[in-house]
Amino acid sequence: MPDKEMLVKVRDLKIEGRAGEIWTQIVNGVNIDLHRGEVLGLIGESGAGKSTIGLAAMGFTRDGCRISGGTVEFDGIDLVNASAPQKRSLLGRRIAYVAQSAAASFNPAHKLIDQHTEAPTWHGVYGRTEAEEDAVSLYARLRLPNPDEIGFRYPHQVSGGQLQRAMTAMAMSCRPDLIVFDEPTTALDVTTQIEVLAAIRDIVDRFDTAALYITHDLAVVAQMADRIKVLLKGDEVEEADTRTMLAAPREDYTKSLWAVRSFVRNQKPPAPGNEVPVVSVKNVVAAYGKVPVLHGIDFDIHAGRTVAVVGESGSGKSTLARCITGLLPPLSGSVEFDGVALPADYRKRNRNQLREVQMIYQMADTALNPRKTIREIIGRPVEFYLGLRGEAKRMRVEELLEQIELEPAMFIDRLPSELSGGQKQRIGIARALAAEPKFIICDEVTSALDQLVAEGILKLLANLQDELNLSYMFITHDLATVRAIADEVVVMKAGKVAEAGPKNVMFTPPHHPYTGLLLSSVPEMDPDWLTTLLNERGIDNIGDAASEKVG
Amino acid sequence: MNLLLVIEIFVAAGVSALLVRNAMTTNWRDAGTGTYVGFGMAGLLLLAVIHYYFKTKYFPVNPDMPEGSFFRWALQGLVIFGISGWFFREFGKAVGTEGSRRLFRSMPVTASFGVLTILAYAFVALFAGPIPLSMVVLVAVIGALISGVTLNVSGVTAMRIGYGITVVLTATCLVMYFCGGLAPYGEAEILPRANLLPGGNAATGGDPAHLLGTDQIGRDILSRLIYGARNTVGIAFITTCLAFLIGGTFGFLAATLGGWTDQVCSRIVDALMAIPQLIFALLLMTIATAWAGSNGALITLYMILIIAVLDSTRVYRLSRAVGLNIVVMDYIEAARLRGENLIYLIFREILPNATAPLLAEFGLRFCFVFLTIAALSFLGIGIQPPRADWGTMVRDLGQFINFARSSPLTAALPLMCAGAIALLTVAVNFVVDWMLHQSSGLKG
Repeated sequence: MPDKEMLVKVRDLKIEGRAGEIWTQIVNGVNIDLHRGEVLGLIGESGAGKSTIGLAAMGFTRDGCRISGGTVEFDGIDLVNASAPQKRSLLGRRIAYVAQSAAASFNPAHKLIDQHTEAPTWHGVYGRTEAEEDAVSLYARLRLPNPDEIGFRYPHQVSGGQLQRAMTAMAMSCRPDLIVFDEPTTALDVTTQIEVLAAIRDIVDRFDTAALYITHDLAVVAQMADRIKVLLKGDEVEEADTRTMLAAPREDYTKSLWAVRSFVRNQKPPAPGNEVPVVSVKNVVAAYGKVPVLHGIDFDIHAGRTVAVVGESGSGKSTLARCITGLLPPLSGSVEFDGVALPADYRKRNRNQLREVQMIYQMADTALNPRKTIREIIGRPVEFYLGLRGEAKRMRVEELLEQIELEPAMFIDRLPSELSGGQKQRIGIARALAAEPKFIICDEVTSALDQLVAEGILKLLANLQDELNLSYMFITHDLATVRAIADEVVVMKAGKVAEAGPKNVMFTPPHHPYTGLLLSSVPEMDPDWLTTLLNERGIDNIGDAASEKVG
Repeated sequence: MNLLLVIEIFVAAGVSALLVRNAMTTNWRDAGTGTYVGFGMAGLLLLAVIHYYFKTKYFPVNPDMPEGSFFRWALQGLVIFGISGWFFREFGKAVGTEGSRRLFRSMPVTASFGVLTILAYAFVALFAGPIPLSMVVLVAVIGALISGVTLNVSGVTAMRIGYGITVVLTATCLVMYFCGGLAPYGEAEILPRANLLPGGNAATGGDPAHLLGTDQIGRDILSRLIYGARNTVGIAFITTCLAFLIGGTFGFLAATLGGWTDQVCSRIVDALMAIPQLIFALLLMTIATAWAGSNGALITLYMILIIAVLDSTRVYRLSRAVGLNIVVMDYIEAARLRGENLIYLIFREILPNATAPLLAEFGLRFCFVFLTIAALSFLGIGIQPPRADWGTMVRDLGQFINFARSSPLTAALPLMCAGAIALLTVAVNFVVDWMLHQSSGLKG
């Protein structure tokens, strides 16, 4: 949009970060041109400097970072050299920020509307009463339920998607010229995400606000941005109009990003009917205290197969995993392993039963003890279950490290904090493998990772399955992952199995209505996808509302 | 009148600082007015201190009644402590392994002074009296054994460091063995001349053999001060360790097991904490004294147990809270699902992640225990005479404070004992502050 006036002009921006006492450059000369009313998408893997650049465009750096070169101009004002009072008069008033986790960004001790009205009253845009009226109209605009009343709730009384929209409303409170969105939908389910995306797009259009939209999800950025800029390790890779970028990326790196979603594994033939399943979940009913969570779950997992369990958060996926591992003994029903019922409580299972069922966790950060070296983390199950010690143990640990494609000599004495996210997840896999199990539960193992890294993990898991004839239960809310790795799919909704069957059947119509809703809510790379979907369904018929109707 | 003048001076300083503000560049530019007023006031205070220091020293109002000597001692002490802390840090930066040097580089002067003070106290406590030859041998053997074991666990470098430390420690012990202790006399030794004044000047009623004089029944005060380090610090250390053993064990058990164990332990601790600690300790000590009769050692043992149990309630609270945060982590769940037993869970999975807050608490708890012991001894039911103890000494020498005008050094005697307590408390807190700062990852 060259006809509109230039709002943000970043030239040759260099940012340094501090590790100990040494400053290293993390952003190497990035240029940004953003015109009024335009949305620029910044994409890249973690460590690409997306967030750092987004914050720098507001004239801000995190602790331990500094702008070491280049200029940042906002509407002609030099933000790098602006004084604190000067910045104070801009931030919140003309530049606003929407963070990834709204739950962590709202102050839990104040009501939403009190936090909303703080900026406009402080900047003198509105009086308190007008600000409240405006907040209500913004809540309505963002399609929050009960806009008159919702502002008087505390952050914990509102769901994640609603909170994210309330945060967007708050950013809008002074009608800023620029909003920086830092991964606003990454932590949300597909059905909730679509709601927030529609709301953000609507309001940005309506008030002609310029936006920097930071994300690692290509399909999302395709819906939101007018132009896309691809970043890699603090360098600009390329920048182009959204449609051009999607249709014809120039650089190899961009092409590799585009290609990630194409990893699909061939579906295995269904197991013979008379084969005893490795794990058989029989009519499991479970509750937390008096709150029922699972209402009679039934399915089988056969040797060498992957069963993907999908559903929104709160549908009982993780609870099911807890029932299988024995952390939450079910109220009724049982879990059979190789045709034999496992004791309900993990404390009553013997060492061999524990060994056969292993788990890989979503957050590798909390799944690995930060004070133990890789040698100890992987070595412990080797010693504990197989009784290997000394040299034999060391050999086995090195062998496992090779299996997960990490160089033993380099990694064996490191602490988890010295590894990247993907490497940590690999260690989690190695720890599970060390027990030599038959069955592994993978609880959202790729959802915290970048797409390229996630793809590597999926490929590794697939190879290990072929090699060791492992069975996986793959818990996820990402349908792209399901498409890539599953043999069978179990769709869960509100503690029940909504639909189950082989992958090819599940992904071809006709669908169960809920499966259909999940499938159609997954963003596609087509930039018109969201518009088409909204036209088809109407803005009131997406996300949670639709989910309730289907249920 | 004087107060008004002072206020006027401060206001003038603040205003002048405001004027300076315009001339300042980058970093100073964004600071608030309060900052400038503060700097102005601090500057004036410093000037006033220097003025008072030299005025009382060189132009006393009445030469027979010295004035401001305590003030000057305090100031000299502050400067000396600061400089020694700084030198110790420079020493640490230059000597030692890469790891230890990095540690010293990250230290503020306060922390290095704290470390130095703690080392000095430990030295005095260990070598207050003559040590037996068996202890020298024991140090050498144990050191060598530990160093030997580290070879398997942590490699060659660790073993070399271990042997280095062992050699230094053994050499120190050997030297101290031949010197026969730091204290010139025994802690309970009664000498022929009682009530000697400090200063060692025969003309003013002193004796060069007794630098700090003797007390009412003729015991050398310097020796008792040195032995006090062994008794007060040693007993406080043992008590704190015991409190951590009790509180930490139950706290982690409660966090890991939850349910009834947690309920029972926590309610007992609540009940214990509901009674004011010092009063409760006094009450229990009264009972214990009745049980022990006149056996001084037994009273001390009871005191250790009572204070340890009372203080373990605080340790319990902390270790339970820290433990609860760790227990919810996925790696604990993974260990549980592996079938690990309770001991492994607590000592191998939880404890390594709880060391930083627990160590910090150890420092603070040590101070509280130390102060409680001193307080009980001051009240006469703590460490029993003839064993030297700083709390008891403060009580015994307390009336000397009346001589503050005529003989500052005499009046300083009870203050030395109290100061020894205060100095260690401050030193420990300096180190703890620094450790917390390090472990919380706060920068800048």
